[in-house]
Amino acid sequence: MTTTLQRPPSERPDFATELRDSRLPLWLPRAILLGAVAVGLALAFLSPLNIPQAVIIAWLLMWALPIASRIVEGSRKATDRTVTLLVTSAFGLALIPLGSILGLVISKGAPQLSADFFTFSMRNVVGEGGGIYHALIGTLLITAAATIISVPIGLFTAIYLVEYGAGNRLSRWITFLVDVMTGIPSIVAGLFAYALFVIFFGEGVRLGIGGAVALSVLMVPIVVRACEEMLKLVPNELREAAYALGVPKWRTVVKIVLPTAISGIVTGVTLSIARVIGETAPLLIIAGLTDSVNFNLFGERMATLPVFTYYSVKFPGVPPEASIDRGWGAALVLIMIVMLLNLVARAVSYFFSPKGER
Amino acid sequence: MTEREKSAARPVRRLGDRIFEGLSTSAGILILLTLLGVAIFLTIEGVPGITASPEELGSKTGGKGFFAYVWPLVFGTIWAALIALVIAVPVSIGVALYISHYAPPRLSSTLGYIVDLLAAVPSVVYGLWGLLFLSRELRPAYQWLAENLGFIPLFAGNDNGGVSSNSILTASLVLAVMILPIMTAICREIFLQTPRLHEEAALALGATRFEMVRMAVFPYARSGIVSASMLGLGRALGETMAVAMVLSASGVVTFNLIGSTNPSTIAANIALQFPEAFGLYTNVLIATGLVLFVITFAANFAARAIVERRKDFSGAN
Repeated sequence: MTTTLQRPPSERPDFATELRDSRLPLWLPRAILLGAVAVGLALAFLSPLNIPQAVIIAWLLMWALPIASRIVEGSRKATDRTVTLLVTSAFGLALIPLGSILGLVISKGAPQLSADFFTFSMRNVVGEGGGIYHALIGTLLITAAATIISVPIGLFTAIYLVEYGAGNRLSRWITFLVDVMTGIPSIVAGLFAYALFVIFFGEGVRLGIGGAVALSVLMVPIVVRACEEMLKLVPNELREAAYALGVPKWRTVVKIVLPTAISGIVTGVTLSIARVIGETAPLLIIAGLTDSVNFNLFGERMATLPVFTYYSVKFPGVPPEASIDRGWGAALVLIMIVMLLNLVARAVSYFFSPKGER
Repeated sequence: MTEREKSAARPVRRLGDRIFEGLSTSAGILILLTLLGVAIFLTIEGVPGITASPEELGSKTGGKGFFAYVWPLVFGTIWAALIALVIAVPVSIGVALYISHYAPPRLSSTLGYIVDLLAAVPSVVYGLWGLLFLSRELRPAYQWLAENLGFIPLFAGNDNGGVSSNSILTASLVLAVMILPIMTAICREIFLQTPRLHEEAALALGATRFEMVRMAVFPYARSGIVSASMLGLGRALGETMAVAMVLSASGVVTFNLIGSTNPSTIAANIALQFPEAFGLYTNVLIATGLVLFVITFAANFAARAIVERRKDFSGAN
């Protein structure tokens, strides 16, 4: 026996309306965005309101979209649009400090850059004039020394972790402690260098090499991490092929593994230099500040760009303008060095990585 | 078994191998020794400062013993870092989400690189920006806060109704900007690792984009977000220059965010005092550095423990 359930035609669901809820037109989000931006621009330039106030008003106008969505589309879609607005605003919010910092440093620092600024030290300079030659030399020397200390230690540790350790107890400990080291505050690294050197040189010691040691404490974990990642990427087939040909392990590492990973290692080392070259706190503690050029890492105080910037701005003396301007100039030079190192790192990884991995 | 067979059974160990393995192993051990050295040397130089009596320390510490001296600094360090974290966590999750799931896919790596640029700015430049730009721009906003929300103790301002813009809120805002890129980078990586099938399943069931994020991305990324936050906290605890330059500190314990008397932080206090310190006061400052080391170590350790514990339940398997 069969019964057919015949639904009366009037009760058939109307798919056209049920599946396609009423929706806001597709052009509306874009229109509201453009409208809000236009109003914001108009308020910023044509009314007495200042730029932050105009931005806030424009942002509030954008809430028209979630509100319209709640009325037309219902709460689920409205929540979605609200979150989209919030997430996009968060990104915009993050760009504000970046734009503000770069704009400010470039606009205030660029007028300071001149041949004199790069070739004069601060020796016997009162008021205007003077330059960052001594600080530039100090930064380059201390960072170079830190690199010379950190790269062999970091690279050999990475080789140990990848090639020899193979997850034994010592290598697990090293991995853990390298993680801990990445978390050491930079000022503690400076205090460590001071506490180390004070034992040999007595109280109040200030040495360029101390700054290099402090920077190394910060740099080694970064180098280990970068090199370890790169060595792990080297395919095991390459190593096995070398062993099969009777090549000793150390020659395999030197001739096969390292050349394969070299572009990644150079990139990692360059990025780690970029990370530590802007460090201020440890150098403030152990390298100090001087007005004269000092080429000797092992004697006397040594000026560096970050410390020079700090003192120029925090303790400008009277009148303050010239000193603060020099601070902006030094900050611009520092940022340019860091950005240049980042660019070099990217270029190396782009042009020298093994073929087929780009 | 002859002597010859015995040696053939073992792999050949050349001199080069032994030297190379020795070098690698000793580099690894040197790292262990360095970390041990940080703890030991700080302790050696710090202990005279901890054990000194208030009379010996004299006016530099305000006639207080070590622990009375360090307590407001510990409070300030944790307080400033927590405010920075409260500001930075939602923003960094939003930025990471925008880059990983909302921005046009073609742009996402470029946008990520732009946010990473924030990490390339040296800390002293942040300090410069906070001192000479941000604190001046924020003054009207603080004035408004003090006038309209002054009944909340956080926004009480000064007794005379004024506000100070070189306050702990400004310092924490700068700290928040500084820890934003590292937290965003970690969150972004985790969000991008969400299994594609989970996301597509949610969308196929009719979820909106936010519902997909809530149901597929967030549960998967929870432990990553926690560890990113703890890492950011560690950074904020130890950050020196921004606070040293922005904050006008007076070593008090207060929850007032926009007043002219602010608690200092350990790191900023060392940076400000150390260059002119001598005698026993140097030891006191090094001892406060040891305290900071212990605090950041604890924060990082906690982050690791949380990640380890959550790993099994994160949905990654």
